[in-house]
Amino acid sequence: MTPRILEVRTKILKKNDEIARALRDRFADAGVFVVNVVSGPGAGKTELLTRVMGTLRTRGLAVAAVVGDLATENDATRLAASGCPARQILTGGMCHLEADMVEHAIAGFDLQKTDVLFIENVGNLVCPQSFDLGEDLRVLLFSSTEGEDKPLKYPTLINTCDWVVLSKMDLAGAVGFDVELAVRNCRTARPGVPIFRSAARTGEGVPALVEEFARRACQKGAMAGALPEAPRP
Amino acid sequence: MHELSIATQLVALATEAVESASETGRVRSVRVRVGELSGVVVDALEFAWDMAVADTRCEGAGLIIERVAGRVRCESCGAESEVGHPPTFGCPRCPGATTAVVAGRELDLLSLDLDDPSVPLPRPEPAHDAPHS
Repeated sequence: MTPRILEVRTKILKKNDEIARALRDRFADAGVFVVNVVSGPGAGKTELLTRVMGTLRTRGLAVAAVVGDLATENDATRLAASGCPARQILTGGMCHLEADMVEHAIAGFDLQKTDVLFIENVGNLVCPQSFDLGEDLRVLLFSSTEGEDKPLKYPTLINTCDWVVLSKMDLAGAVGFDVELAVRNCRTARPGVPIFRSAARTGEGVPALVEEFARRACQKGAMAGALPEAPRP
Repeated sequence: MHELSIATQLVALATEAVESASETGRVRSVRVRVGELSGVVVDALEFAWDMAVADTRCEGAGLIIERVAGRVRCESCGAESEVGHPPTFGCPRCPGATTAVVAGRELDLLSLDLDDPSVPLPRPEPAHDAPHS
């Protein structure tokens, strides 16, 4: 009995990466700016996105969202209150979104008529990290109520993120949240990462996010030639 | 617990590799490389492995995991350093400088260790054409 070695040398998530690459090509062709929003459960992704999406919409941008949860369609219903189409992805117990789920969920959207797509991931600070969804930007939310040391506890996910949003800042005083320490901790995990502050309930910080999303969406739309006019400032 | 999902994809890839190479030998083990920054917990992957291989072409195969330490390269001075435990991603010499991960995100299937093809594969039912002893 002679053991033999069969060399394979491939990425284990090859299939996800391939679907994500195909999605990225489709988004580029259609000029859709795509944001993958990750956080722990309850950090305020849905509330913030509802505000951001509603404001982007009033500025004339066509926005859509897909949202992943283990169960219930509650978040899609909440996001749809922004006036933008939102579709629920039920993961059936899976703790993260994969590219094929996004591919199926966007099947009903007309990408040519979409400027910004938000993908609200399943609330989880570990698993979403390995799964590329074809996004342009990965945004991580940390809420003030989670404490300043969250970035130190989950450094590997934050290191893959392009922006951090410190959310629920209206509660920071009540829970004794040390903003400067939180910022330092975020940058230990991701040196130089841009950090925004928001409070979706009061609207604090929402305009700055909207501004950045709109700017990036216009850039991408212009590259695809799909966005004829920039939204009014 | 996305390790089960990763183990399942790993088994699918291993099965595909064995079949496309027309290999008939039993899969003794599967060798993978898992970076410390891949987000995959090795213990959880090992736990998920036994479930993922059940009733597949890789049933009974072991899982051999090569770990890779996390390393970053400073985008200011260019020096490489280990991120350590728990990981910190800054450059030890250039405070505040941005860094890029150069190692530790690996999640690769490397190779399969196969038995000699003359050893018959375990089958759910005895084959009708099996020679009688």
